[in-house]
Amino acid sequence: MAIAEDAGARAAPREQTVRRPNRLLRNLWPKFALLPMIATAVVVFLGGTLWTVVYSFTSSGLLPRRNWVGLDQYDRLWSTTKWIVSIQNLALYGVFSLVFTLVIGFTLAALLDRKVRGEDVFRTIFLYPFALSFIVTGLVWQWILNPDFGIQGVVREWGWESFTFNPLNDPDIVMFGLLIAGLWQGTGLIMCIMLAGLRGIDDDIWKATRVDGIPTWKTYVQVIIPMMRPVFVTAVVLIASGIIKLYDLVVAQTSGGPGISSEVPAKYVMVSMFGAQNLGQGFAASTMMLLSVVIILIPWAYLEFGGRRRV
Amino acid sequence: MKLTTKLLGLTALVGATQAQAVEMEVMHWWTSGGEAAAVAKFAEALNNNTEHTWVDGAIAGGGDVARPVMVSRIIGGDPPAAFQFNHGRQAEELIEAGLLLDLTDVAEAEGWEDIVNPPSLLDACTVDGRVYCAPVNIHSWQWLWLSNDAYEQAGVEVPTNWEEFVAAAPALREAGITPLAMGGQSWQQSGAFGVMAIALAGEEAWLAVNQDKDAEVARGEDYTRVFQAFADARDLADGLDVQDWNQATNAVIEGTAGGQIMGDWAQGEFAVAGMTAGEDYTCLPGLGNTAVLSTGGDAFYFPVTGDPEIEAAQKELAALLLSPEVQVAFNSAKGSLPIRGDVDLTTVNDCTTRGLELLAGDNVLPDGNLLLTQDTITQTNDLMTEFFNSDMSVEDVQEQYAQIIENAN
Repeated sequence: MAIAEDAGARAAPREQTVRRPNRLLRNLWPKFALLPMIATAVVVFLGGTLWTVVYSFTSSGLLPRRNWVGLDQYDRLWSTTKWIVSIQNLALYGVFSLVFTLVIGFTLAALLDRKVRGEDVFRTIFLYPFALSFIVTGLVWQWILNPDFGIQGVVREWGWESFTFNPLNDPDIVMFGLLIAGLWQGTGLIMCIMLAGLRGIDDDIWKATRVDGIPTWKTYVQVIIPMMRPVFVTAVVLIASGIIKLYDLVVAQTSGGPGISSEVPAKYVMVSMFGAQNLGQGFAASTMMLLSVVIILIPWAYLEFGGRRRV
Repeated sequence: MKLTTKLLGLTALVGATQAQAVEMEVMHWWTSGGEAAAVAKFAEALNNNTEHTWVDGAIAGGGDVARPVMVSRIIGGDPPAAFQFNHGRQAEELIEAGLLLDLTDVAEAEGWEDIVNPPSLLDACTVDGRVYCAPVNIHSWQWLWLSNDAYEQAGVEVPTNWEEFVAAAPALREAGITPLAMGGQSWQQSGAFGVMAIALAGEEAWLAVNQDKDAEVARGEDYTRVFQAFADARDLADGLDVQDWNQATNAVIEGTAGGQIMGDWAQGEFAVAGMTAGEDYTCLPGLGNTAVLSTGGDAFYFPVTGDPEIEAAQKELAALLLSPEVQVAFNSAKGSLPIRGDVDLTTVNDCTTRGLELLAGDNVLPDGNLLLTQDTITQTNDLMTEFFNSDMSVEDVQEQYAQIIENAN
């Protein structure tokens, strides 16, 4: 793209006298091939988004209707305890999930990269949970964390009678029960991406640091990680989109309980739209989700992808 | 054979051509032991009496999970042949949008108007004089199920009303039994609250709140009493961590819990476990305080498909669901009451008899599903489950409840 633009800029003065080329018509065939995707993006993503935002100002029930009610849905949304709890939960889960997935994923990848024996086996084991859907993950961990049959029950059977580990039924720590399951499922993929990044590091770098006598951990922190910046960006985007989408894990593992203590925004949207037959409320909630993503993502993406090209 | 003749007549009535065999996907959320046994009766009836085949589309997780799936299938243009809803306002908008099949001709041919009892069930299916659903059973929420075994272990009499139930709780605790079994899903906690409201605040106050949406009554003394009892229930239920209602019922069956507030569908579980009403377990309609039943229930709706063959099969199924034989088989297995007054259940036990008596004596109230929109019900569910799983005060929950009622329509 950048090269094409440069070429265009250089060619421009010469062609001014002849004919100004239509930039739209250049590279016609690739553009033609892209049409279906462009149409999908515009109609489904952009169109659907606009439609949702527009209808969030209506009192639509089970079916969309155009009875305008202004900001009523938003008023109700922000005065609903469940929504506030959902936002707090997502923030908590998001911060912990982002930090732990990156740290654990990178650590595992770094360990595997030390040319351990049986690397293939470990890689398979670590990546395996990712092959399971969030629904299965949620159900598996619901059982593992079940106080009667899971970890608590087993430890108590061993004789430690007072052992208590019952996160799914404790409103204060239920989000950590979800976090454990989320990490178990998600770190494998991040590990693989990190491992691919590590494999992309030239051996000469390792040799150079060894010659200079830099300790291994310092090499990782000060040389390797900065070199892996694009890999980390990919990982962060993947993790962040997973956090925002958090829904099926909650439905399978706790269905928002106990009480409303593990509700998340996506579930609020789904329940409002289909359970409560109140589309307007669901649209308002999903618009707020979109807004928060836009506020965080756009400036970051601009700096990350847009800014550099201009420099 | 009477049924076959009827069906033949019906086929002649609705289908100009001979009925073709159709695979009918029927969606429902009946997945617990007793429920699955009951729905199998429907499948059997359809497979044996017609050339159509029943394709079971069970969705686990209860109505809150299943309804969105059904609605999105219907709106998305891939409707099942039939689906279960609780009749009432849940399907209101689908009917208004013309997505559901008009069953008025079946209802007239079969004389539903004369046989459906109480008539409010058919009214709930009727919009602007047209019938849109086939009611299949009557369910009432107002039951307290007690484990006789648990009270024997604790050495106290089986309670006969809510006050005695609360008073007996310490003895149960001493014997290591959780007094009240309550599943973690919000509809169960909210449902129990509804039962307590009718039983402890009385019919009048309940109707004022749920029918007339009178928030002042919801703020009043009668409801304070209800919320205080609900706070008691919160303490009594502490110690048993289960999610599904049938797991909670199972705790009562095993005697590890004293009692459970649950609708009459719980009786199906007692039946599957081979227990006898009166001997192994006791039931108290209206918690033993106010013996009134709300008459909600399940109904089948049939989406419009535009295919005359499927339409004919749908109408055949609708007629079949209300036929006497099927009604008896289904309701005996499910523990619910039949929607027609002219059939006798094969397995009438102590609890069913009490239910039938209340029904015959007209001690009935409309179900919450008929009076409140799904939106209001969801808000109430959220509030009740929040209260039940936190240390929220009675004043707070009552005020928030009153606000929900104030904004309800």
